[in-house]
Amino acid sequence: MLEIKNLHTSVLDIDDSEILKGIDLSVGKGEIHAIMGPNGSGKSTLANVLMGRFDYVVTEGEITLDGESILDLRPDQRAHLGMFLAFQYPAEIPGVRPWQFLKAALDSKAEARGEEKMTVRNFSKLFDEKVGAVGINPTLVKRSLNEGFSGGEKKRNEMLQLEVLQPTLAILDETDSGLDVDALRIVAEGVNSMRSPGRSFIVVTHYQRLLNYITPDVVHILVNGKIVNTGGPELALEVEKDGYKKYLVTSEATA
Amino acid sequence: MTLAPPSIAAVEKYSPAYESLVTASAAAPEWLKAVRQQAWATYSELGIPVKRRGNELWKYTNLQPLAAEDFRHGLTGEVSVDQLKAVGPWDDAWNTLVVVDGKFNTELSNLHGTNGLVAGSLADAISTGTGDIESQIATLAGREEYAFTALNTAFLDDGAYVAIERDTVLEEPVQVVFVTSSLSESRVNYPRLLVDAGENSSVVLIETHLNLAEESQFSTPVVEMFAHAGSSIRHYRVQMENEKSFHLGTTRIRQLDDSNFTSTSFAVGASIARNDIHTLLDAPGASCTLHGLYMTNGEQQQDQEISTTHAKPHCTSDQFYKGILSGKSHAVFSGKVVVMRDAQKSDATQKDLNLLLSRGVEIDAKPSLEIYADDVTAAHGATAGHVDRETLYYLESRGVDQEAAKAILVRGFAEEILNEFEPKSLHDFVEKVTDERIPALLAESDTLGTA
Ligand SMILES: Nc1ncnc2c1ncn2[C@@H]1O[C@H](COP(=O)(O)OP(=O)(O)OP(=O)(O)O)[C@@H](O)[C@H]1O
Ligand SMILES: [Mg+2]
Repeated sequence: MLEIKNLHTSVLDIDDSEILKGIDLSVGKGEIHAIMGPNGSGKSTLANVLMGRFDYVVTEGEITLDGESILDLRPDQRAHLGMFLAFQYPAEIPGVRPWQFLKAALDSKAEARGEEKMTVRNFSKLFDEKVGAVGINPTLVKRSLNEGFSGGEKKRNEMLQLEVLQPTLAILDETDSGLDVDALRIVAEGVNSMRSPGRSFIVVTHYQRLLNYITPDVVHILVNGKIVNTGGPELALEVEKDGYKKYLVTSEATA
Repeated sequence: MTLAPPSIAAVEKYSPAYESLVTASAAAPEWLKAVRQQAWATYSELGIPVKRRGNELWKYTNLQPLAAEDFRHGLTGEVSVDQLKAVGPWDDAWNTLVVVDGKFNTELSNLHGTNGLVAGSLADAISTGTGDIESQIATLAGREEYAFTALNTAFLDDGAYVAIERDTVLEEPVQVVFVTSSLSESRVNYPRLLVDAGENSSVVLIETHLNLAEESQFSTPVVEMFAHAGSSIRHYRVQMENEKSFHLGTTRIRQLDDSNFTSTSFAVGASIARNDIHTLLDAPGASCTLHGLYMTNGEQQQDQEISTTHAKPHCTSDQFYKGILSGKSHAVFSGKVVVMRDAQKSDATQKDLNLLLSRGVEIDAKPSLEIYADDVTAAHGATAGHVDRETLYYLESRGVDQEAAKAILVRGFAEEILNEFEPKSLHDFVEKVTDERIPALLAESDTLGTA
C-alpha cells in the first residue's frame, strides 16, 4: 500500500539541512510496522513528510500510496486518501471544539470522495461511542481542542480522532509516550480493534512495552535519517536491552 | 483650557439645526435647555476633531471624511418589525424598545408591562421628569470635553429610558434597538439611552445598533448607566451599521457599592466606528468586566476606547478585547485603567488580542495603567499575530482544506467572546453574523499559504 523509495528530505529554505538521507520502506496492506530510533534520528520528520507538512522538501526519492505518487498532494488530500497522523506534539487550538472539527473533517473527506455526509445524529452517536472507548473525559471534548489538555489527554484525543476518522494508513508518532498504563492499554486496544486486512499502521515508539500489546509485523531502526536495520518483533527487545549504540557506531563510520 | 483654533471643522454645518431645535423647544424644561446650551458651547469649541497631531484621543483616527460630509437633521423614516427581525437580534420574550432615527417608536416597541421595569421614550421621561432623570441625564456624558458626546447632548431630545426598580430581578432581557431607517438621504442621528438600575436590581440589557440605509449615515449614540448599590447590569452591545457609515458612540457607567457591570460588545459595522466606554468604580466592592470582539475588513476602522477609573478601594476591573482584521482595515485598542490614590486593593487586568489576516491591516493597541495607589494588582498586554501554520497543518492533516481550516481557526479565535453572549436568540445572531463575515474576511486575507 505504501512505498517509500530513496527518500531524501530537507527543511524548506535551510541549506544543508538534510534530515532523511535515503529511506526505503514498504508497508503492505494490513501490516503493522514499528519504527524505533534515537532522539533526533528523523522519525517525526518521516511521519510528517508522509503527511505533507509545509516546511519539508523532498529533494530526492518517491512516496506512493497504492501505486500513485502523493508527493504533490496537500495534507488534506492525503487525508482523503485515508492517511492519518497521530502527532507527537498535537497542536492546541483555542475555540475549536473536537466535535465540530471532526464533523468538518469527516464531511470534507466524504465530499472529496463523493460519498454521502454522515448525519449529525449518526455522527454524534459515533463520537460519543469513541469518546467512551478512548476514555476521554466528556467535558474535555466540549472544551477547545487540546487547549489546556494534559500530555496524556492530548494523546487520547489523537486516538479519538483516529478512531472516528477510521483511516486506512495510520501513523502513530509516539502516541504511547507520556501515557499511564491504562491509557497505554487504550491505545493498544484501539489499534488492535482497528487492525484489519485493509488497514496499515506505522507506529513510532521508543518503548518496547507498547509492542507487548501491539505485535508489529516488522520493526525498523531509524538512525541519523536512515533505516539501519529491519527485522521482526525481536528487534525491539534487542533495542530495549542494548540501546542504539551499535547502530550509532556504524552510522558514524559510514558518515 | 485650550483656545479654539480659528477654524473649527464642521461646526457651522450643525448650527442651523441646533438653532431650530432651540426655537422649536421653547416649552422644554429649563434644565434641559441649559444642558443643551452648555453642550453646544462645548461642541462649538471642539468641532469635529480632524486635527490628529497632539490629540491623544484621535491620534489614530482620521475624521476628515466625516467632517467633509453633509448630513440632514430631523428626518424620520418608516421601519417594520420584520425589517428589524431580518437584520438584528430579536426575541418576543424580551422587552424591546425601538428608536428610529433617534425617535422612540411605540408601535415597533414590544413592551410587556413587566413589574419593576420602567421603559419607554426618553422624551416622555424628560417631560414628565420620571425618576431621577433631571439629576442623572448628561451628568456622566455630556459635560466633558468630548466632541461627539457634546454634539449628541446639544441635540438631546429623545431616545430610550430604562429604569429597574430596587430589588427587581428581571428574568428576560431588555433590548434597546437604535435603527437608522432606509431613507436615501445621509442623516445624522443622536441616539440616547439612560439606564437607572435601582439598588439590588438585576437586568440583562441588549443595546443594538442597526442600519437599514444604503447611504452613509452618522450616528452619535450616548448611553449613560447608573448602577446603584448591589445592582447588576449584564450589558451587550451590538453594532451593525452599514459599511459607509460613521458610528461614534459614548457609554458611561457609574457604579456604586458592590454593583457589577459586565459588558460584551460585538462590533462589525460602519466605515469608521468608535466604541468609547468608561466605567467609574465609585464605591467599594464594585466590579466591571468590559469585553468585546471587533472584526474589520475592506477599509473599515474600528476603535475601542476602553477606560475604567478605580476611585474607591476593593474594586475590580477586567478589560478583554479580541480583534480580527483583514483587507486594509484599521483597528485601535486604547485601554486605560486609572487607579486613584484611595483605591487600595484594586485589581485590574487589560488584554487585547488581534488576529491579523492580511498584510495591509493596521493595529494600534495601547493598553495603559495609571496607578496612584500602592496596594494594587494589575496586569496588561496586547498581541497581534497571524493564523498559525502549525495549527493550520493540524486541521489540514485531518482532511479539512486550507480555506475551511482557516475559517475554523478564525471562528475558534472569536468563540471565546461569542460564548459570552448568553441569551439564546442573541447568541444565535452573533454566531450567524460571524459565520457570514468570515468568508469576506478570508477573501481579503493574504497572510497564509505564502508565509
Ligand atoms: N522544521 C525543522 N527545522 C529545523 N530542524 C528540524 C526541523 N524538523 C526536524 N528538524 C531536525 O531534524 C532532526 C530530526 O528531528 P525529528 O523530530 O524527526 O526527530 P525524532 O526522531 O522524531 O526525535 P524524537 O525521538 O526526539 O521525537 C532533529 O535534529 C531536528 O532538530
Ligand atoms: Mg519525534
